[in-house]
Amino acid sequence: MTEPILTLSGVSKTYKGGFTALHGVDLAINKGEIFALLGPNGAGKTTLISIICGIVTPSTGTIHVGGHDAIADYKAARSLIGLVPQELSVDMFETVLATVTFSRRLFGRSGHSAYIEQVLRDLSLWDKRDNKIMELSGGMKRRVLIAKALAHEPEVLFLDEPTAGVDVALRRDMWKLVHALRERGTTIILTTHYIEEAEEMADRVGVINKGRLLLVDDKAALMQKLGKRELDLTLVDTLDRVPAGLEQWQLSLVNEGRTLRYVFDATQEDTGIPSLLRELSARHVAFKDLETSKSSLEDIFVDLVEERA
Amino acid sequence: MTLNLHGIWAIYRFEMARSLRTLWQSLVGPVLTTSLYFIVFGGAIGSRMQSVDGVSYGSFIVPGLIMLSLLTQSVGNASIGIYFPKFTGTIFELLSAPISSMELVIGYVGAAATKSVVIGAIILATSAFFVPVVVEHPLAMIAFLVLTSVAFSLFGFILGIWANSFEQLNFVPLLLITPLTFLGGSFYSIDMLPQPWRTVSLFNPVVYLVSGFRWSFFGRGDVDIALSLGVTLAFLLACLAVIAWIFKSGWRLKS
Ligand SMILES: Nc1ncnc2c1ncn2[C@@H]1O[C@H](COP(=O)(O)OP(=O)(O)OP(=O)(O)O)[C@@H](O)[C@H]1O
Ligand SMILES: [Mg+2]
Repeated sequence: MTEPILTLSGVSKTYKGGFTALHGVDLAINKGEIFALLGPNGAGKTTLISIICGIVTPSTGTIHVGGHDAIADYKAARSLIGLVPQELSVDMFETVLATVTFSRRLFGRSGHSAYIEQVLRDLSLWDKRDNKIMELSGGMKRRVLIAKALAHEPEVLFLDEPTAGVDVALRRDMWKLVHALRERGTTIILTTHYIEEAEEMADRVGVINKGRLLLVDDKAALMQKLGKRELDLTLVDTLDRVPAGLEQWQLSLVNEGRTLRYVFDATQEDTGIPSLLRELSARHVAFKDLETSKSSLEDIFVDLVEERA
Repeated sequence: MTLNLHGIWAIYRFEMARSLRTLWQSLVGPVLTTSLYFIVFGGAIGSRMQSVDGVSYGSFIVPGLIMLSLLTQSVGNASIGIYFPKFTGTIFELLSAPISSMELVIGYVGAAATKSVVIGAIILATSAFFVPVVVEHPLAMIAFLVLTSVAFSLFGFILGIWANSFEQLNFVPLLLITPLTFLGGSFYSIDMLPQPWRTVSLFNPVVYLVSGFRWSFFGRGDVDIALSLGVTLAFLLACLAVIAWIFKSGWRLKS
């Protein structure tokens, strides 16, 4: 196991009003991995990222980036980091090229044009380089923020909700970019509200809620825990109990016997659905509709919290 | 820890580009105001006034007029320079960059002060159209021009960090800088004031700036040149100390 590129120990934050947004977070991020921080609104994701990047002062704890203390040796630590914030904050009156060059210089590098050109081309912004940012669409502005974050060739890239307000095509491009960056050895830490996004993107996932990091696990292991889905079959005739012989599926009756529910693991090769449907028709249990749903993030947090309690 | 020269340069260029975009407005204002002052004070009123300390009234007000613009421009430019990123949220980038507080200050204050010095020079040139302008101590004049620009740009920087709204940003120059300049002997020698106002005036730091600046033109000021220089430097250092504290504590910048 190589040295982690980023380590947090005992990081907590109590805001001025007295609200504690983070409770003693410990975390180690490996070099070159894609790490997803998964949590609902107000979980503390942005707070955590802001502390690592130096925008918010931690109340307690220490942070090391590439072995450099984020406070004592902040210049070395911050040079390694690029941040794409959640909010679209850009200088509207600047041109794309000027603002990206500004970012590169601000992080202590000369205005190296070949690298910047490459970044702008990768993000399909090269044709817009001389446009003022206010003339760009929202999705383009988000890409400008990514270009700014990448301008100084960071080793660690933070993406705070990269897909909020982004269409399907841009989302796909974003994922492509993230993978391309990983190929080059960049470590990526992203936040998301969506399990699918974490699943699609990350090597490891950390689940955060109410300022506590509830668990950190490999994606596969986590998906096993989180990948539960429900199959609801709306029955033609109401049942008062689950028909005999279907015990292996652990079915339940809900909705006053009008719906038969099967909870399955979507990450398994064999979900058990085809065989269940065959058994049902063999038993002449007729249904008029079927629907699968994911357990919501809320359910998952409840599960996790209960599991730990 | 090496100096982030590229970072300082980036901020300086950014700020200068911002000024250049609004060059027209930034210059028209001070030049127009100065011309009006000359027409009203120098021409209409000044012609009925005796010369002050052997200098015609029109020439006498030149240093004060330059100071007036210098102070308002420095405070205005430096405050908006740092307030705007706070307002739009782009400050996140400055806070997350490997740049020290003093490097940030050099970039922002350096740019604001540069602009002020340029405006000061333009007003001086404008003045020469209206009245004879003689500068006895050009080096001292340049030194005062630069020191004052830097000191008040530092003050403006503090104001920009302190302000939570555009109203507050305009409020301080209007309520503090303008009265202090008008009462600071820009248009008169404080010797012309009756007591106790003459003594009260000595508590106004602008008196020392104007006096020192005037000394560089005419070889005479209301107070000793060394005292003028001392007060200007003290004000500059006080602003620096406040800024150092602001960055150390994260006041109004970080939560
Ligand atoms: N400057 C602040 N002062 C006081 N409280 C704050 C401040 N910033 C955030 N908080 C609070 O801290 C908590 C965590 O906020 P944070 O922005 O970190 O959440 P998040 O996980 O990023 O949420 P989202 O998914 O909505 O972006 C919230 O309850 C929020 O109200
Ligand atoms: Mg957030």
